[in-house]
Amino acid sequence: MLGLFRLAVRNALRHKLRTGLTVLGIIVATMAFGLLRTVVDAWYAGADATSANRLVTRNAISLMFDLPLSYRNKIRQAEGVESVSYANWFGGIYIDEKNFFPQFAIDAASYLDLYPEYILSEEEKRAFMRDRQGAIAGRKLAEEYGWKVGDIIPIRGTIYAGNWSFVLRGIYRGADKKTDQTQFFFHWDNLNETVKKREPNRADKVGVYIVSIRDSGRAAEISKEIDAVFANSLAETLTETEKAFQLGFVAMTEAIVIAIEIVSIVIIGIIMAVMANTMAMSARERVREYATMKALGFGPRHLVVLIFAESLTISLSAALAGIALIFPAADFFASKVGTLFPVFNVSEQTLWMAFAAATCIGVVAAVFPAWRAATGSITKGLGSIG
Amino acid sequence: MQIPIVYTWKNLWARRITTVLTATGMALVVFVFATMLMLSQGLEQTLVDTGSPGNVMVIRRGSETEVQSSIARAQAAIVETLPEIANDIYGKRLLSKETVVLMVLNKRGSDNPGNVTIRGLSASGLALRPQVQLINGRMFRSGSSEIMVGRKVAEGFNGVGIGETLRFGLSDWAVVGIFDAGNTGFSSEIWGDADQLMQAFRRQSYSSVIFTLADPLAFDRVKERIENDPRLPLESKRETEFYAEQSELMGNFLSILGLTLSVIFSIGATIGAMITMHASVASRTREIGTLRALGFNKPSILAAFMLESLLLGLIGGIVGLALASTMQFLTISTMNWQTFAELAFTFTLTGDIVVRSIMFALVMGFVGGFLPSVRAARMNIIDALRAD
Repeated sequence: MLGLFRLAVRNALRHKLRTGLTVLGIIVATMAFGLLRTVVDAWYAGADATSANRLVTRNAISLMFDLPLSYRNKIRQAEGVESVSYANWFGGIYIDEKNFFPQFAIDAASYLDLYPEYILSEEEKRAFMRDRQGAIAGRKLAEEYGWKVGDIIPIRGTIYAGNWSFVLRGIYRGADKKTDQTQFFFHWDNLNETVKKREPNRADKVGVYIVSIRDSGRAAEISKEIDAVFANSLAETLTETEKAFQLGFVAMTEAIVIAIEIVSIVIIGIIMAVMANTMAMSARERVREYATMKALGFGPRHLVVLIFAESLTISLSAALAGIALIFPAADFFASKVGTLFPVFNVSEQTLWMAFAAATCIGVVAAVFPAWRAATGSITKGLGSIG
Repeated sequence: MQIPIVYTWKNLWARRITTVLTATGMALVVFVFATMLMLSQGLEQTLVDTGSPGNVMVIRRGSETEVQSSIARAQAAIVETLPEIANDIYGKRLLSKETVVLMVLNKRGSDNPGNVTIRGLSASGLALRPQVQLINGRMFRSGSSEIMVGRKVAEGFNGVGIGETLRFGLSDWAVVGIFDAGNTGFSSEIWGDADQLMQAFRRQSYSSVIFTLADPLAFDRVKERIENDPRLPLESKRETEFYAEQSELMGNFLSILGLTLSVIFSIGATIGAMITMHASVASRTREIGTLRALGFNKPSILAAFMLESLLLGLIGGIVGLALASTMQFLTISTMNWQTFAELAFTFTLTGDIVVRSIMFALVMGFVGGFLPSVRAARMNIIDALRAD
């Protein structure tokens, strides 16, 4: 077996330039494939970071409609509900439209209790709670714009007109790699009071309620119960698990995710054609050699194994190098896109898929040459002039 | 002396499998390149076509979209008095005070949610959009809870056929018609009466005011008038410009993504071409020697091999484009990040994209074939003739 492997490696190295180029191609393809899968994963990252014990209640028409503040107490009374917090999407612009990051006005005390994954030091938390103008930002976000605690952050409102400014009181970090560290939070009371002055009829409105429940197994039941309370009212609600809520967002841009997934398969197709070409060439050049081996008594199976071994040696060794390169490529990509993808991690599954794809390339490329070598006639082969 | 083109062509034909595999790799790259460009072109085209050049869109200053904007009734009334607005044949102003909201509907087939735009129009709202045509049923009556849906919405979402009802704002809204606005954003909207919808959604203010200019050249004057009026915290844009801006974010994303992918992928395909050409040169060493001995000079050898490689690229480019052109029959429906609203658009192939795709394929062929061709041209005649 070892001898066979050595023969396969030797065969692969007979045309150093050709093999080298093929290997380079597969490295690039594996890296691109891994990167694209990671982009797809990043799309779903919001849904992965959710907790089964949290529900989201929003207006049944769509997210652009809000809910009265008075719903908070009614939701809290529902059976199985532990606590309730609320948040409003602010959608402002920091200096330039390109600088996109999510901003939420939150009921700070209850919100931070519900999201233990946003970790703040006691000191920062106290400072944030005490300052009505205060705000906190995720670590990645603060790094991106070079913010330090104490900085004043100006934001131009689009949904809530006017210029706003906040004082950064803390920088939170995530409990694990899945946590979104690109968000910006400030006090809902701050928002509400300003709105009361500027546009009184938009005051006391909440974007979404976040509901924490004791038993995640009863999520569906409790959701129904909450929605029933507000059925046939001016603002009907739709309650779903946090995961379903996040997946709803992904579903809205699903066409793009699917396009990226298709494209990630196309790159495998491209490199498969290149690799198949390399193997077909090698096999064509060796028709006489294979015929000689057969004449010496080696069975067709032996030739098949030899060709597959060569093909897989090339594809898998290139794949390993490509997989190793996925990490620096992902880091580079993440640093380029900034906070567009809050969570951008290469998953273990991606690595396995890249490896599987490379195996697939190696196998497919070897099928035709192996079949040809195994079934070709000895006399014709010996007479071939290459 | 030049080597006949037929020699090059026959070489490609003699190595059919290799030719096909190499061209396939290139075709796939061109396919990705072209479809991404088509996608971003389709998005842009759809939004550009949505606006009419003679129309002006007024929204609240600082809001990026109609959904974020709000215009009080009193402010809208002031806009209505602007002297530059055109009148229709009955002397009524060609102006529509509109309310725009988003509503979640479920997509056909997948049941996934999508934010569909519901637009409430004034009586003259339809006159402002001559591209809109009723294809089924009838128009909604003003003052009633009736709605009509755009063709792309009717095709893509559940529960919006004629005779069906949507329930929101404590009442049932009957779908009475389906309209087609071609490849524009309006085909992805649901339309009804502005005042009825505002009541249902408990809104006190409009989202936008749209009007036609009597003299299309008067835009700058109108803009100045609106923005200098201390009573109006509003801004105005040409309707075409307003919609074109909405395609920027996503359009940019798609073209950057497309370009990055194409460049990375083309490395793979170029390597394929390089391998093929190297092999093609290596296996024809004696042939090249013979050609040189017959009197063909170095440049013509170089040209023959470059031509072979460029032909490979061209075949790949044509096949890739042919594949990509079939994508024109597909409609993509997705949420536009700038408006959060669902928008349907098609892959659009333009002459510019055809030229760019073919150029791209030829560049791959050129880069892939250059080094092998140089090697072929620089071969020593004696050594080449002796090669086995």
